[in-house]
Amino acid sequence: MDLSSINPILLLASLMVAATPIMLAAIGELVVERSGVLNLGVEGMMITGAVCGFIVSVSTGSPWLGFIGAAIGGAMLASLFGFLTQYLLSNQVATGLALTLFGLGLSALMGQGYIGIKSPSFPDWHIPLLGDIPVIGPIVFQHDPMVYVGLLIVLAVWAFLKFSRAGLILRAVGENHDAAHALGYKVKRVRMLAIMFGGACAGLGGAYLSLVRVPQWTEGMTAGAGWIALAIVVFASWKPGRLLLGAYLFGGVTVLQLNLQAAGMAIPVEYLSMSPYLATIVVLVIMRAGRAPGSLGRIFHASR
Amino acid sequence: MIMLEKRPQPSQGWTLATPILAVLLTMLVGGALFAALGKDPLVTIRTIFYDPLFSEFAWYYRPQLLVKGAPLVLIAIGLSFGFRAGVWNIGAEGQYIIGAICGAAVGLAMYPMESVFIFPAMVIAGALGGMLWAMIPGILRVKFGTNEILVSLMLVYVAEQLLASMALGTLRNPEGMGFPGSRNLSQYPSAANLELISGSGMHWGVVAAFIAVIFAYIMLSRHIFGFQVRLSGLAPRAAAFSGVNPGRLILLCMAISGGLAGLAGLFEVAGPAGQISIDFNVGYGFTAIIVAFLGRLHPVGILLAGGLMALTYIGGEIAQSKLGLPGGAIQLLQGMLLFFLLAVDVLTHYRVRFGQGEVA
Repeated sequence: MDLSSINPILLLASLMVAATPIMLAAIGELVVERSGVLNLGVEGMMITGAVCGFIVSVSTGSPWLGFIGAAIGGAMLASLFGFLTQYLLSNQVATGLALTLFGLGLSALMGQGYIGIKSPSFPDWHIPLLGDIPVIGPIVFQHDPMVYVGLLIVLAVWAFLKFSRAGLILRAVGENHDAAHALGYKVKRVRMLAIMFGGACAGLGGAYLSLVRVPQWTEGMTAGAGWIALAIVVFASWKPGRLLLGAYLFGGVTVLQLNLQAAGMAIPVEYLSMSPYLATIVVLVIMRAGRAPGSLGRIFHASR
Repeated sequence: MIMLEKRPQPSQGWTLATPILAVLLTMLVGGALFAALGKDPLVTIRTIFYDPLFSEFAWYYRPQLLVKGAPLVLIAIGLSFGFRAGVWNIGAEGQYIIGAICGAAVGLAMYPMESVFIFPAMVIAGALGGMLWAMIPGILRVKFGTNEILVSLMLVYVAEQLLASMALGTLRNPEGMGFPGSRNLSQYPSAANLELISGSGMHWGVVAAFIAVIFAYIMLSRHIFGFQVRLSGLAPRAAAFSGVNPGRLILLCMAISGGLAGLAGLFEVAGPAGQISIDFNVGYGFTAIIVAFLGRLHPVGILLAGGLMALTYIGGEIAQSKLGLPGGAIQLLQGMLLFFLLAVDVLTHYRVRFGQGEVA
């Protein structure tokens, strides 16, 4: 094994890229769960976003339109989940699982003509001045724009939940939907919006995989990223700041094992590929999760 | 204005009617989907749901129904215990893989010895393997309060990697000229899970599935454990007061579902699949979730739902080869079925009222 072939600067730089899809999906799910809804369909929404984004960007030639298409696709799939859980009062766990199975099938069907095509390239930004700083420049400031969009979304969600009135209402709905309802807030409407936002974010995360990270469309390409995103939300105790930490931690594990594979580590490839999933389990066990939103996963039915 | 009014008790009639309604809706919307894909909807629906049973080649497809249905029913029966009690083991796919690996490993270790004890030993190893794999999320949930949904699912990906490593390394056929995949167990008489009646599709896995259905029915309706499972699902607090040990219940539910999934994997690897290979698992563990819900978590319902799902697999394959229907369409159809079921389930628990409700 040749550990010296691993360049620490490149490693940290690719960590930011590897963390972005999970971070995007997780921040969306965080908002959904803060509104009291458990959507286990992140994987399904991600892969649908991945295929929608790929199709749109291949047919228009613009990665940006691809990301917009992915967000719309993810949000549309999520609204299906929202309609079932909020208006038809179905079990959220079962519906979320159904969404994942449905999304996997839908994406396989939609993407069948797009296997083996390369998506239009999405050039890295070289941010002037900041990008020229030695060491930090290449790690932080020389990525594709979506890395920064992801960070901005996390920042915006943090500010929204902490400082805005709408964020307070969202948290109230998530903590105690009966009380929020009694105060006159539209529980279902708030939750529908949160669910659609979550879907859009998951779609962006999926599109990041198919447009930037891979960049190709293959069936089942998310390979559990959506589930890892769900785990990160628990790890983060439903706080945006810790979510960032969690996403980078998992990005780090993913990148490190890929680098070790490339460096010809004595451990078989399969065991290295397991590591992100095992790390997720270990973290779930070690981290004492904070208190979940009070109404998380409960069905809201306003009795008259 | 449409209002929903909670029923004091779930409607008996709708409980039975909603799965059928869901299937009909799926056929309807699925037909529209097939039309959008440029296929004749009626022909496609007939190919999927009717031809495997009644066409001139049905003699070939009917046994397949048992072969494909058995693992689905076996896994779904196990899952139904947990789902009733609110224990969400969704990693049956992983337990299925590990059961197959453990069972096959025992068989391969004995090669080329012939003995009547080899197959039973493999069955036990398969069940134990699946059970132990399911114990991981079970124990973590009981000891550390870790979410069993996420852990059991993560373990599916771990199991898939393990499967690849086994097929490429440890269990690879030494006479396979370097190709991935183990020795073919179905060509090793002592370890083979062959058809019991030639041409019927009936192998030991099918027998096990039927036994599991009967066993689960008795457990749920007559045994104290079944009562505790149902009570914990309906009223967790009441269950705690009546002395149900929640930790024990979680572990038992995980053990049953894992063990049955492991069994399903073993019967598959020793019979229809024949060998450990990279693409051994085909998603039975996930489809079984649909089967469990479609069967209303009831053993007899699961048996029927398993048959229906097997039908969509076989019919889907026919439609793929004959009509050129894309493979994803069938997966989509299965997902759609679960969606419609969950949607129309609102009728079971709620009464729909039209018109302006009076102000209370």
